[in-house]
Amino acid sequence: MCGIVGLHLRTPELYPRLGELLTGMLCEMSNRGSDSAGVALYGDPTWTPPGRGCVSLLDVDGDDESISAAVGSALGAKVSATTLGETRLLTAAADSETLLAAARAAYPGVLVAGFGADLAVLKGVGDPATLTRSWGLATAQGWQGVGHTRMATESAVTPSGAHPYAVGPEQCLVHNGSFANHATIRRELQAAGVRFDSENDTEVGARFVASRLAEGRDVETALKELCATFDGFYTLLVSNRDSFAVVRDAIACKPAVIAETDDWVAMGSEYRALSGLPGVEKAAIWEPEPEVVYAWTR
Amino acid sequence: MDEVTRFDLAKVPLREVNTALHAPHLTGEFVIENPAGAHNVAVGMNADVKVTVDGHVGYYAAGMNQRASITIDGNAGTGVAENMMSGTVWVKGNASQSAGATAHGGLLTIDGNAAARCGISIKGVDIVIGGDVGHMSAFMAQAGRMVIRGNAGDALGDSIYEARIYLRGDAASLGADCVAKEMRAEHHEELGRLLKSAGYEDDDTNAYTRYGSARSLYHFHSDHAASY
Repeated sequence: MCGIVGLHLRTPELYPRLGELLTGMLCEMSNRGSDSAGVALYGDPTWTPPGRGCVSLLDVDGDDESISAAVGSALGAKVSATTLGETRLLTAAADSETLLAAARAAYPGVLVAGFGADLAVLKGVGDPATLTRSWGLATAQGWQGVGHTRMATESAVTPSGAHPYAVGPEQCLVHNGSFANHATIRRELQAAGVRFDSENDTEVGARFVASRLAEGRDVETALKELCATFDGFYTLLVSNRDSFAVVRDAIACKPAVIAETDDWVAMGSEYRALSGLPGVEKAAIWEPEPEVVYAWTR
Repeated sequence: MDEVTRFDLAKVPLREVNTALHAPHLTGEFVIENPAGAHNVAVGMNADVKVTVDGHVGYYAAGMNQRASITIDGNAGTGVAENMMSGTVWVKGNASQSAGATAHGGLLTIDGNAAARCGISIKGVDIVIGGDVGHMSAFMAQAGRMVIRGNAGDALGDSIYEARIYLRGDAASLGADCVAKEMRAEHHEELGRLLKSAGYEDDDTNAYTRYGSARSLYHFHSDHAASY
């Protein structure tokens, strides 16, 4: 199973409600699996202030002050650290990749949940209601968010096995399903120098997409290449700072519903995840076709 | 005139609603409000009553229906009217995958589109779809009729047995052993009856093509052993 949700807001009037709406969507999907959960949030002015580099880390020991000092010393600039559940969110007046390099220097082998301007990635082991409460997600703001609640099938129940996989700058991928040939593709990516954090099949999909985007492909082309390369079952929601895309495999047995209004675009594993969104009764609602890439940009 | 009983799923648990609908000697008319995509709404009915669901439903709505006339005034999730035995189910919006799966009898009407695997393994139900159907529809369909007023996705009628498909538009491709067949007088008559029962009596039956089994997979051909 697993449940995935995403909300791409068009009207700034709704930005203050992003966290509240995403919390409702994710918790509604929790009976599709609730061993781990995660969200990626774009544009919360407190968590990820505009203009600052942002990095989300997992499995880091120590308090905010010591983390801030360790990474700040590696960066040579002041670093702000905040603890949200199991995630440590770092920001600094530097670009995200420079901040990430400093975090890796201070904590070699650290698990990176995500990085990029305006992006916070929070994930952990546990059920969505408990986790979203520990993050304070309901009061978060922003223009776009995605979420995942997991029923593990392909790898262990650990923070590194939880979605989203946010492996490229400002990028994020969540997956319902399982890839069959991920080990082969993992070896090919590893041979090309790509590093992995987990044994998870979805991480291979995320790193495949990130490698294609890094080569200059657009999201639609990268996802079409994913469809041609990966065997298995999947509904994927792929976001970056400015875009939001959905694709399903050719068999299309993993569910997906998209709803769209003038104010927002939303995606969920099931309609009930969308049923609390403002104006949903007037939304255009449809099921995405197999192997068709649906993409929106802001 | 029968009294209308209303259930508000925002206030009453689904199990209570379904239990009330399973009461012995049930009569009357029922309206279910605020389904909000809930699963298993109005499943296992077995009474000559009318049920209207006012909104979108989740998985398996009206599953296993016997005798009841169930209207879903919205979209339906996976497996609407799965394993229906008799009665009618009318979806006014779109239906997700596996609509009418394995159903034995009754009439399922979907005014909008149906997604993949519509009518998979049907065993006697009639299904009328106002719009298009997705890929692998009528897969291994054994008995019953399926009327598609729009187009069909890939592999229509793959490994079909004795069910009959009437398609007005085009199929992206036909599945294994599914072939176009002649529309004889009895087929025009049957199709006309099905269209009328679903409220589409103005359709011209000449615009439809009948599809069914070439029956070439029914027996093992030793000449083709290498290809199996």
